[in-house]
Amino acid sequence: MLELYQVRKHFGGLRAVDDVSFTVDAGCIKGVIGPNGAGKSTLFNLIACNIPLSSGTIRFDNREIQRLKPYQTAELGFARTFQNIKLFADMSVLECVMVGAHSKGRAGFLAGMLPLPQHRREEAAIRRKSMECLEFLGIADLAESPAEALAFGQQRAVELARALAAEPRLLLLDEPAAGLNIYETAELGRLIKTIREQGVTVLLVEHDMSLVMDICDEIVVLSSGRKLAEDIPSRIQHNAEVIAIYLGEDYEPAR
Amino acid sequence: MLGQIRTRLGAVVASVVLLQLLTTFTGTEYYLTQLTMSAYYGLLVIGLCALMGYAGQISIGHAGFFAIGGYLSALLTTYNLTPHAENSAIALLNQAGLLFTWENLYGESLLTFTPWAAALAALVCAALVALLVGIPVLKLRGHYLAMATLGFGTIIYRMALALPILGEADGIADVPGFILIPASLFGGEALMISGEGDFRIFNYYVAWAVVLAGLVLLMNLMTRSRSGRALRALHSSEEAAEACGVNTSRAKLQVFVLSAVYAALAGVLLTHFKGGIGPEEATVMKSVRYVALVAVGGMTSLWGTLFMGVGLSFLSLRGVFGSYDDAVFGLILLAVMLFAPGGLSQLNSHIPWRRLLPYRRA
Repeated sequence: MLELYQVRKHFGGLRAVDDVSFTVDAGCIKGVIGPNGAGKSTLFNLIACNIPLSSGTIRFDNREIQRLKPYQTAELGFARTFQNIKLFADMSVLECVMVGAHSKGRAGFLAGMLPLPQHRREEAAIRRKSMECLEFLGIADLAESPAEALAFGQQRAVELARALAAEPRLLLLDEPAAGLNIYETAELGRLIKTIREQGVTVLLVEHDMSLVMDICDEIVVLSSGRKLAEDIPSRIQHNAEVIAIYLGEDYEPAR
Repeated sequence: MLGQIRTRLGAVVASVVLLQLLTTFTGTEYYLTQLTMSAYYGLLVIGLCALMGYAGQISIGHAGFFAIGGYLSALLTTYNLTPHAENSAIALLNQAGLLFTWENLYGESLLTFTPWAAALAALVCAALVALLVGIPVLKLRGHYLAMATLGFGTIIYRMALALPILGEADGIADVPGFILIPASLFGGEALMISGEGDFRIFNYYVAWAVVLAGLVLLMNLMTRSRSGRALRALHSSEEAAEACGVNTSRAKLQVFVLSAVYAALAGVLLTHFKGGIGPEEATVMKSVRYVALVAVGGMTSLWGTLFMGVGLSFLSLRGVFGSYDDAVFGLILLAVMLFAPGGLSQLNSHIPWRRLLPYRRA
């Protein structure tokens, strides 16, 4: 579904992402891990089309996407969350989530000024869909609260609801467990699995090992911008190179 | 939400009617002239509020769009085409009903564009100019729009002051009334947008009808439409709005053009009402004043902006601020930026009597 081929991103002399290739198959949960400075966030921003590639290609359904604008990737079926939560100020939770369904609507600027019946029906459908997403995440009772006033964990949930409102095909999660406690992280893991069962492909960049090892089908390990390993979680846990970069070369894995 | 909007709209309509009756019964109908003019300034500032308060894009050039509207409709309705009447293009325009013949104050017979045609041309022109200014600038983030519109406003002001065809420092006077309802329709006198005393009450209601229609359209857009939500979203995070599928450059351009058209419409109608326009309408100080009015109106409050826009414009037109006119608006802007940069609605929890104010968000 998503293919990265020899993706490079250089900032001046710094090779933030250097010759990374991998694929994400439809219906799979893929994780990208690596120590601080490994290039995870840069890679994430490249896939989300937020920053241009230095070289290489990214394909989605066999179509090159690296030159698209972020809003165009949303139209293709991408949805994402942000590491440092970006909810919309001055909006209720429900309205925030309704923005997520933006690419599902058609009504233009003038239609918005004149509430024509067709436009009203579309608004009602967007509202319904957004409420469903809030219910799915168990925060329907917060629909009318100002989004900014929520607790951190709830804001994370609103971001996820906003991403789901787009009915995405590929869900990009940028460190979704950052700032969550272990219970919330476990709950998040269950949610992500349920989302995948609904046919959504998931790519997550994450620090939290327990989450990644628990839910991912496959893991890519980055180190200093390069791909160090790509495998299923159980084998990544016993990969000597991975252990070396995370824990130091002298570490003896427990038997 | 909808119920609240209807109640407020009802309250505004009731106060508009009440004000008119009050002035009529107390023999102070001359106030209606300034109230009419203030309503048109109100139209401009609610358009600017959509751009600035909701979408977060600051323009310090809206007097320029007002001037494009006013000057273009003044020029087209006063430029005498009689010497060129034989020209085939002019004849064609005449046949299409876009021209009309009228007599000015000195009894001269003029062949000019009709106010309808001139107004349409002025609005289209303002929209195109906004598009030209906006396309390169709105792709950038931050305060580039403020800078570019400041430059644009200055250019328009200098043009108004320097071009002989626009009357230089004198502006354009003797602009004909804008006939809305021709005499033939109901048999009575023609009803027009004009400063003549006979039309005072009619003009007062026309101005308020236009402003409130403009307000309702913006309310619909901002509070219950996909495009309005997108604008409010990009105000707080362009990155997140893009990720949700919002074409942010396009959305910003659309609201910029819309607010320019509101300003130009205010310019067109006010020019016909006053019977002329001068370069003082195009000054940068006017643009700053409009920004101050949006700020003091509560930034993201169309109601508050309308209330403050009309109220303070009225006081200014009545000469209450005397020679400190511009200074008062500068002071207002300064005070708002210092104490409530997010708009006065931010102060909500601190003012006990705040419920009486129209600042609450729509």
